[in-house]
Amino acid sequence: MQPIGYGQLSPDQLDATFMALADPTRRAIIARLATGEASVGELAEPFAMSQPAISKHLKVLERAGLVSRGRDAQRRPRRLEARPLAQATEWLERYRQFWEGQFQQLDALLAEMKTAEKKRGSTRR
Amino acid sequence: MASTGTLKVTTPSDREIAMTRVFDAPRHLVFEAYTRPELLKRWLGVHNGWSLAVCEIDLRVGGRYRYVWRGPDRAEMGMGGVYKEVVAPERIVSTEKFDQSWYPGEAVGTLVLAEQGGRTTLTLTVRYESREARDAVLRSPMEQGMAAGLDKLEEVLATMAREGR
Repeated sequence: MQPIGYGQLSPDQLDATFMALADPTRRAIIARLATGEASVGELAEPFAMSQPAISKHLKVLERAGLVSRGRDAQRRPRRLEARPLAQATEWLERYRQFWEGQFQQLDALLAEMKTAEKKRGSTRR
Repeated sequence: MASTGTLKVTTPSDREIAMTRVFDAPRHLVFEAYTRPELLKRWLGVHNGWSLAVCEIDLRVGGRYRYVWRGPDRAEMGMGGVYKEVVAPERIVSTEKFDQSWYPGEAVGTLVLAEQGGRTTLTLTVRYESREARDAVLRSPMEQGMAAGLDKLEEVLATMAREGR
């Protein structure tokens, strides 16, 4: 089983990606940028946060390679860089799929245990 | 409350992996399925010809547990650890280490079971010794250790070496 995209990014970059994604504001910024590029002011609007606070989050996202700056010198629009995000998501998704398979086996066992418990309860009464 | 059957995986910090999932059963049953060897053998790591052949549990603070899976071509994979906290049926904290570990150091797992309306929300958070260890686990979860057996472990190590670990 060959992991997809293996070795394309350094461990440090990947770690930065996961760390960047651990924050709800940064995830919301990413969701907003997924719909198209936006300036810092536009990004700050939906949040009850100052532009400097948003800039701080953007810096973390930029360091992780998730966000880059557009050409327009006036607006300095930020845009989403898809590749590191795709790789981090890919890892999490494979991990999730493995454990989902495990937990489906647990579902089946629990259903059986529940039935057995009900039967025991009803014969005792 | 979330519906059953949707596993959420997150990375709450740079050293952790957290899983959350809802089960349609009261938590004393989930706790039993997680702590009684004959029940664990029915589901944990039972996958692609692998079985949980050895499952020993001494469920008390300071007690040990030991799991060994056997797979095709006599491949084996073992792990174990020590219980740090045991609060039935809601919480277990234990260390975990694989015999032929593909990540450095020992990890600490915290299992929390919360019941509401006959359903149980399971949260399992595993904290690794370093972010490198955490990332190695995300990159190749237990599944790969099992599917691969020991020969493939070398491949994993070689790839890690190529990455300059």
